[in-house]
Amino acid sequence: MNKREFLKGLVLFFPAGGVLGALAGEVGAKESGGKEVGAKEAGGKPDGKADDPANHYYGMGIEVDKCIGCSRCVEACKAENDVPREPFFFRTWIERYVIKKDGDVNVECINVKGKGGKETVQDDPDVLRTFFVPKLCNHCVNPPCVQVCPVGATFATKDGVVLIDSKRCVGCRYCIQACPYGARYLDPRTKTADKCSFCYHRVRRGLLPACVEVCPTQARIFGDLRSKASRLVRFARMNKIHVLKPSLNTEPKVYYAQLDGEVR
Amino acid sequence: MRIPEQIKRLTLVIAVIVAGALLARFYVIPRSLIAMDLHRASTVERELAKPVKLAGSTACQGCHEDQYVKKSKGFHKNLACEGCHGPAAQHAEDPGAVKPPAPRDRKFCPLCHAYDASRPTGFPQINPTVHNPLKPCIACHSPHDPVPPRTPQACSACHAQIERTKAVSSHALLTCTTCHGVSEQHKKAPRTAVPTKPTTRDFCAKCHGQDSPQKDPPKIDVSTHGGSYLCWQCHYPHLPEGRG
Repeated sequence: MNKREFLKGLVLFFPAGGVLGALAGEVGAKESGGKEVGAKEAGGKPDGKADDPANHYYGMGIEVDKCIGCSRCVEACKAENDVPREPFFFRTWIERYVIKKDGDVNVECINVKGKGGKETVQDDPDVLRTFFVPKLCNHCVNPPCVQVCPVGATFATKDGVVLIDSKRCVGCRYCIQACPYGARYLDPRTKTADKCSFCYHRVRRGLLPACVEVCPTQARIFGDLRSKASRLVRFARMNKIHVLKPSLNTEPKVYYAQLDGEVR
Repeated sequence: MRIPEQIKRLTLVIAVIVAGALLARFYVIPRSLIAMDLHRASTVERELAKPVKLAGSTACQGCHEDQYVKKSKGFHKNLACEGCHGPAAQHAEDPGAVKPPAPRDRKFCPLCHAYDASRPTGFPQINPTVHNPLKPCIACHSPHDPVPPRTPQACSACHAQIERTKAVSSHALLTCTTCHGVSEQHKKAPRTAVPTKPTTRDFCAKCHGQDSPQKDPPKIDVSTHGGSYLCWQCHYPHLPEGRG
């Protein structure tokens, strides 16, 4: 084959492929068009404005002084969201902060096996103060995980919940690295990133997230930031509020009351 | 100016390639593969399709009205049913098929109530190793309306030390009048109308004898145990496990 024949073949081959592709594309467009209509109906909920996600903006409040470190939230979250039972996969977890007199700060996750509930600090005279801090995905307004995702698999919904498209996620772990709060993990079964979804399936059905539902001391408060009557807005009015790592400008939507300055 | 033939042909080839790429981008690749809004909508859809496993306390209230009423008055009024009984949405849908477990052993309550320095001050906590060891919590405390066993105020007003001692002993659930006969006069003239005390070994044997119908108390053979001593010469009845 000489150069002339090769180029001729090339010129003939590509338009042929294009015509075939156009036909295939037309079929595909019909299919996806149908899907689009379906998605709009399911997502938009034509019945009533109350269910329109654009009218809500969800957040969570945590009253640190109320947390007793019982891990009911962690258990409920694992049951509700089918999180792997191994003690290092958490959508929400509890950290124990122990601040010593000499300024040492010791942080441990009490849900990791071998530590949970057993190693209690029994009136150590060197301990200045100690407390529990529940942690979870902060559902940031400017989420670093969304910025770094190379395939656009993670995104924030209109109602302010950061979700992960597990079918699109390629499991590159970049978001796990990018999250300043360590809220993400790689699900060993699907090999995709996963994290707290504010129990989106419950919230959209009018239920509370599982952790808020079971918290025995009401240390967690869930609500809509757009509604002035919501418990969360009242919580934010009645308490001095702090967020984790405010210097990063991620604007977390998990608000902590009575948060100690040592908490990172 | 004359454009060379090879440039013309090359331009044609490039134009065809560009056209092919554009065609592929807008026609061959289906929209469902590249459109972000579709992906997000389908993710939301998938998220919404997930089953709810915790039904919420209002779902329990319908059938378990008595427990709900009892719980709504006690210290546990703000606790979710499923915090202790586990996720129960399946049970709410088909009550016969799945029974949610009820934690009855000593391991469960200390998850919240074991002493832990990190817990907020004022939260009721106990030391599980010395607080009535081996006894299930529900033997003394009803989980739906948990109150510590109470000594009547009429007794504890004067005998507070005995009350405090007894409250943490294995005799916590016995009322004062189980062992003491108290006349009405005792309140007015405590030193003249003295309450009765058990006087015989057989009194303790009513619970601790081998033929006693009581199941929980430790059993001894009254005829041989301790020789001729009376029970309370060795065992302090308000704190029997203490070493007097």
